[in-house]
Amino acid sequence: MFGLTALALLPLRGAQAQLEIEIISGNPSALPIAIVPFEWRDATPPPITSVDQIISGDLYRSGLFDPMDVEDMAEKPLEEEQIRFGTWRLLKVDYIVIGKVRTPASGEGHELVYQLFDVHTQEQLLSRITTVGPGDLRFGAHRVADAIYEALTGVPGAFSTRIAYVTATGLGNGSRYELVVADADGYAPQSIVGSPEPLLSPAWSPDGRKLAYVSFEKGNSAIYMQDVSTGSRELISSGTGINGAPSFSPDGSKMALTLSRTGNPEIFVRDMATGRSEQITQHWSIDTEPVWSPDGRYIYFTSDRGGRPQIYRVPAGGGNPERVTLEGDYNARASLSPDGRKIAVAQGKGNEYRIAVWDIETERFTILTPGKLDESPSFAPNGSMILYATREGDRGVLSAVSADGNVRQRLVLSEGDVREPAWSPVIR
Amino acid sequence: MNTVLRLFVALVIGLTLAACKTAPEAQPEQPPAAKPTPPPVETAAAPDPRDYSDARNFDNPESLLSKRVIYFDFDKSTVRPEFRGIVSAHAAYMAAHTSARVTLEGHADERGTREYNLGLGERRGNAVSGLASAQGGRSNQLTVVSYGEERPTCRVSDEDCWAMNRRVEIVYTAR
Repeated sequence: MFGLTALALLPLRGAQAQLEIEIISGNPSALPIAIVPFEWRDATPPPITSVDQIISGDLYRSGLFDPMDVEDMAEKPLEEEQIRFGTWRLLKVDYIVIGKVRTPASGEGHELVYQLFDVHTQEQLLSRITTVGPGDLRFGAHRVADAIYEALTGVPGAFSTRIAYVTATGLGNGSRYELVVADADGYAPQSIVGSPEPLLSPAWSPDGRKLAYVSFEKGNSAIYMQDVSTGSRELISSGTGINGAPSFSPDGSKMALTLSRTGNPEIFVRDMATGRSEQITQHWSIDTEPVWSPDGRYIYFTSDRGGRPQIYRVPAGGGNPERVTLEGDYNARASLSPDGRKIAVAQGKGNEYRIAVWDIETERFTILTPGKLDESPSFAPNGSMILYATREGDRGVLSAVSADGNVRQRLVLSEGDVREPAWSPVIR
Repeated sequence: MNTVLRLFVALVIGLTLAACKTAPEAQPEQPPAAKPTPPPVETAAAPDPRDYSDARNFDNPESLLSKRVIYFDFDKSTVRPEFRGIVSAHAAYMAAHTSARVTLEGHADERGTREYNLGLGERRGNAVSGLASAQGGRSNQLTVVSYGEERPTCRVSDEDCWAMNRRVEIVYTAR
């Protein structure tokens, strides 16, 4: 019995059911682009999903692009000289990408060689070689999509990133929770820890190598930190009361967390090198869900010290908290945009919870999602999308919404609940 | 009918009505040890349901000791008047049995964020713990654990189900 329990709690890495991503509402002004099938000159056999399909899929899901179906391509040029721009203009395509995959001179891994052209001006906008290791061809395709996205929108892409989320299946004693890490397109999901007890609040380290999370495997909440690739993990906090809401500082040297060892939840900052914790807030209310400003100067958190939950901020070294969100009955679980100017929150009004974004400068909310039970917003590292958890019937699903609210997509698992999404930083 | 019995009947009717309105799987979790009581035997005297030092009353549906779930209003942690008697009964038991140990498991409904709800569940557990302490329970007998919204007893998104999930469960780890 003990052996079985111990085994069930061990960090594990296993294949998981994949998230299916579908666009719910798109952008009518999406840019028409043709990603011509890449020539396969690599020494290894070609993959089932070609790199051009992966690139098209990434650009399509961003909502900003309308990639052409391969069947509709009248020509499939492989070299610059073979592109007849007039044909592509007739096909109403604004941009065209051609490329090839080959084995580098070293003999290891893959080289993705590609060019991007403006069909109207016939100008070359990009000409690059992206080199990746063996087994990283998909990652390479996402890097190409990142570069195309940046060349045409001015914002770096976030396709070569990853997402973490929690799945829950079963009820009561048959419950099973998994913390899963997958590519940003939902591909290659891997469970990094599984437990019969609840898991929540995954938070990425700034280098994208570690995840901190809350686990109830010991009967009470406890914070763990786990290496995503090796699976090795460390117990960070398991004191009396709540041990929750971990959040790494932008330089990774500190972790903000919620502890209730003083009798009610307060924000603490832990020095990761010494393991020492410093209390940042002191109030009888619930203070929780700390997150750092991108410059590391402030900690934003949820507090009901004014009666209902609102977002406050406090200097990271301690000081007087000031209220940030000034409208609405219930604003909680802040996620800061990478430029530090916007705060995504779960906003409650009556029984409806929606994702709303507070503009720090103009002091205004924009409501981005339809509800009813939307929570856990997580900004993409380029600020373009916000991933969040919602419900469809009695199931938990993930959704993503563009920062302007125009594009929404749904990430659905074949069975069980999906919740608690966390978008990774950009992995270089 | 005495007051305690009337309260109990009102509670049972209330719970039954609530259960009728929800889906079958949304049935509120009854206090775990509600076994059918054996037919009264003439020779063994039945326990007085108001003797809260008598451990037999844990299984006596006529006694408040058999009730081990306290329900709360939305975003509130005040123990409602109709549940104070239950807390007092368990406090009296703890006062009479100093080796008894109780974990107060605090829960919230699914509305709102998970970490805030952890705080809310703890606040509810603390409210019950404070009341029990004031009525004879000792602090070393009482432990509060918050599960927030992570362990619902039912999973329907409506008011009846939410009301069942906003609760503190009184769990004896030692009697």
